[in-house]
Amino acid sequence: MMTQDEIKEYIFSIAPTVSFDETGEWLNIIVDATQLKLLMTALRTGKMQMDYLFCLTCVDVKTHLTMVYHLSATTHRQSMVIKANVSREQHSIETLCDIWRTADFLEREVFEMFGVTFLNHPDLRRLILEDDFKGFPLLKDFEDPINMIKL
Amino acid sequence: MYNQTEILKDTSELGTEGELVINMGPQHPATHGVLHLVVTLNGETIKKIEPHLGYIHRSIEKMCESLTYRQFIYVTSRMDYLSSHINNLGCALLIEKGIQIEVPDRAKVIRVILSELTRIASHELWLGAMAMDLGAFTPFFYAFREREMITEIMEDTCGARLTMNYIVPGGLMYDLHPDFQKKVKAFVKQFKAKVTEYEDLVTNNIIFQSRTKGVGILSAEDAISFGCTGPVARASGVSCDIRKIYPYEVYDKVSFNEILDTAGDSFARYMVRVKEMNESIHIIEQLIDNIPDGDFVGKTKNVLKLPKGEFYTRVETARGEFGVFIVSEGGTTPHRIKFRSPGFSNLSALNHMAVGSKIGDLMATMGTLDLVIPDIDR
Repeated sequence: MMTQDEIKEYIFSIAPTVSFDETGEWLNIIVDATQLKLLMTALRTGKMQMDYLFCLTCVDVKTHLTMVYHLSATTHRQSMVIKANVSREQHSIETLCDIWRTADFLEREVFEMFGVTFLNHPDLRRLILEDDFKGFPLLKDFEDPINMIKL
Repeated sequence: MYNQTEILKDTSELGTEGELVINMGPQHPATHGVLHLVVTLNGETIKKIEPHLGYIHRSIEKMCESLTYRQFIYVTSRMDYLSSHINNLGCALLIEKGIQIEVPDRAKVIRVILSELTRIASHELWLGAMAMDLGAFTPFFYAFREREMITEIMEDTCGARLTMNYIVPGGLMYDLHPDFQKKVKAFVKQFKAKVTEYEDLVTNNIIFQSRTKGVGILSAEDAISFGCTGPVARASGVSCDIRKIYPYEVYDKVSFNEILDTAGDSFARYMVRVKEMNESIHIIEQLIDNIPDGDFVGKTKNVLKLPKGEFYTRVETARGEFGVFIVSEGGTTPHRIKFRSPGFSNLSALNHMAVGSKIGDLMATMGTLDLVIPDIDR
């Protein structure tokens, strides 16, 4: 078990540009999208051994998109949240498929729902939506006049 | 002489020639829902499985963005319809955590009893359906005999036999039916007397054993990497019971065991579920006579507003870890809601588990994954 300060120090030593947010239940680490892969590889293989990615999703905060990764470890059970901002125009980020295999399906879901492209993903295709579906339904500016889901 | 077994054994020289692509589903009796698997075969050996989802995608996450915190709970009953009470509980816990609502002890105990009854009902349906996938019809009727008693209890309690809605933020929708304790005790008695019949019919059945032992092996390392939870991961030796690790409600006050197996094959997953039913019965026995008196719902405001921030709760459903992630902007509706459904992650391991085995074994592998398609599609 590492204390919160030890974890922060350790993460600083891997990626010096990160910032922290401790208002929530778990430690939130906001990392630059270009450094995400580096940090995630270190968290998985380094002394933290974060082997369990239990939630991967994306949030549309209107000005940009935020990728949210919930990590935990089956040994010491400490959880943490990693966030990386993706711009609405560029919308691409490195895949984590080769670190956690569960990321494969979860990233495909984010790809079709938010339009985020995952670089180096082995099989980036639609999973749930049909092939000719237009638009990205979970974005806040998505409008579908035929299948109304807003109340 | 054409020696078929020799050809099937050799998987090293597989080319595109001789490959056969089979569409399993969307309507297939063994998928129990509209799941479409594109199976690539060489002879009878599986080379690749590609799941195609979305046949009953209802965009529940988007729908919840326009529902209030009182309303969105009921949509989750339509996801994993066999664990609806537990899904509702997960959402209610999140709102209670966010707004800091005090839940009366009576409601907490009743919630746990209902969760465990739901778990037994879900495992009973799985037992019957999985045995039927493997060609044994009789266990289905045996399993449904006991499941019917639970369904009747649920009907008395909340008026529905499926897609039950009873848990609200702060407690329960209304008080228990007067016959609840009597009926639950009758069920416990019946279940304990009849559970040995499953052992005789299924567990000790030599045909069943030879079809499931050593089939669809998942190692502990892979189970964690694929994000598998619930009986699927526990059969591989991964300790992942949320009720033990992060106890909610009164799970820290009752005694029960986390069932673990190390084989990681279909038979181990079967055994974990059967033993889990007995543990659930054990939990119900401890609580059914000790339901505290008092209010069944805490004091809440009519309009619930989560404070600005991010919230996450997890509960153990019959299939594994169900997580709710809400990003709130401080309003009456969530800004973004994400359901971490256990079936979705478990399904992603199917390709890895089944490659190299025979197509007949796919039924055993898929059956013991216990997939509920509405839970995967959302």
